[in-house]
Amino acid sequence: MAITKVCGMETEYGIHVVSGSEMSPTSASSLLINAYVARLERRVGWDFEDESPGRDARGFSREGAMPPEIETHLVNAVLTNGARYYVDHAHPEYSTPECSDPLQLICHDRAGEVILVRSMEAARHLLAPGEEIVIYKNNSDGKGNSYGCHENYLVDRAVPFNRIVQQMTPHLVTRQVYAGAGKVGLENSESTESVDYQLSQRADFFEEEVGLETTLKRPIINTRDEPHADAQKYRRFHVIVGDANLSEVAAFLKVGTTAVLLALLEDEFDVGRDLTLASPVAAIRAVSHDPGLTTTVELVSGERLTAVELQWELFTRARKYAEAEGLAVLGEEAVGALLLERWEQVLNGLETDPMSLAGQLDWVAKLRLIEGYRDRHGLEWGDSRLAALALQYHDLRPAKSLSQRLNLERLVAPEDVERAVTEPPATTRAYFRGRCLSLFAPAIVAANWDSVVFDVGTDPLRRVPMMEPLRGTALHVDTLLEGCESPAELVERLGS
Amino acid sequence: MPEREQKRRAAPARETEEVETEEAPATTEKGEKLKAEIDDLLDEIDEVLEDNAEEFVRNYVQKGGQ
Repeated sequence: MAITKVCGMETEYGIHVVSGSEMSPTSASSLLINAYVARLERRVGWDFEDESPGRDARGFSREGAMPPEIETHLVNAVLTNGARYYVDHAHPEYSTPECSDPLQLICHDRAGEVILVRSMEAARHLLAPGEEIVIYKNNSDGKGNSYGCHENYLVDRAVPFNRIVQQMTPHLVTRQVYAGAGKVGLENSESTESVDYQLSQRADFFEEEVGLETTLKRPIINTRDEPHADAQKYRRFHVIVGDANLSEVAAFLKVGTTAVLLALLEDEFDVGRDLTLASPVAAIRAVSHDPGLTTTVELVSGERLTAVELQWELFTRARKYAEAEGLAVLGEEAVGALLLERWEQVLNGLETDPMSLAGQLDWVAKLRLIEGYRDRHGLEWGDSRLAALALQYHDLRPAKSLSQRLNLERLVAPEDVERAVTEPPATTRAYFRGRCLSLFAPAIVAANWDSVVFDVGTDPLRRVPMMEPLRGTALHVDTLLEGCESPAELVERLGS
Repeated sequence: MPEREQKRRAAPARETEEVETEEAPATTEKGEKLKAEIDDLLDEIDEVLEDNAEEFVRNYVQKGGQ
């Protein structure tokens, strides 16, 4: 049986300091996050497991974990919505709390944007006159530097990794036809190919099919094996090829399609013929470089398909799967139904008139804007005004953001997004983490994905492990939390 | 399975182009509406665009990450 597709997203935001000649991006990121966190009264740090090996109240230890990749002196906060907000090298990064369905995740991804916008406002008061920290939700600076928007999916450990590689690679190569955020020009290429506009921000940066790297020789399939959950039962499928989206429809499809195709794998659903690509790395670039969508990619069988045709096959499989098994893995029935409906709709649109999707997909919305501007001013593609327009599409400042002016279709209500700024999803362990922070922050020493560490005034520190992502939900712990007057009582009752 | 694949195969963009003449009035209307929308938007964004595009683009450099 496929398992509920618990999912999350980690977005590294682009950061630029206006008139801040001396401020490094790392300092600016720290200042930004500190400014936001200082406005909240509670402040709890992230727990790096190697810092407190002897403190585990329950003898929990993890196997096969990789060392933390984050420099520990940098800002690192856990928020009451269960998210993690921190400095990753030279960028502010926001990791959503674990969500139990793709639509909930899109809501929390947008809440992350709101938090970044509020951070910019909070930082303004700490900067010299004329200085400003500006945040961009994109993945490339147009000069060969890329930063990621990573997705995470909970997968049954029983699925052999090579099957994930085999079946997910064709999807990750072609889903950019709807999930791409659009980019002006070409990066990271030694070829003489000329590309005015491409589907994806990230495609130019992928050089391997499978591997562990995230910054050099990036692989289409990342093999990081760090489930942040019971490693005997679960795998965390870590996807690094995606673009950060401003469009909710694009983001929802990106996550939803990937989640449902993972469920097919878990159920060993008969998927029909082999869609393995002959050269995935060449294919991901070729698909991205052709907004006309006519480029074909070669399968190992020798057959050639366009990315849209390949997506039709994947869609058909997903629909058959839904008919046979239902889509409870995506949460409430309406979520799975919406996914199939929108997936089919965008593929039809891409096939007949891609520009009809300008209100739904980032790459189309941005292209239409640029084409309109080009027409009006008679500009060539190399004109820096077009690159400026493309960059400003991702600017998160409400007064400057171009994407916000395009009236992209929304799938989540603004009030739900606002709630997600402070409240955790009720349906995953993020609920326990977030609610503990709201209720007992002074007693919480640290928290991370799979535990919360309490200092209840007596030795030793007490670690509450959360190895099951679907435990610690409102249903499980609300009564318990409401009945506890102190963190000591909570820890006591959890320990019994 | 083969049927469904056949069906998908049989509906590539080219066929749709053929029937487009019938839908032309609607498409044009829709196209004009889109154009009017983008025109309004372009009027509006002229006011918010960064002043010096070349410098703005040149200064946006992101090093490090992930």
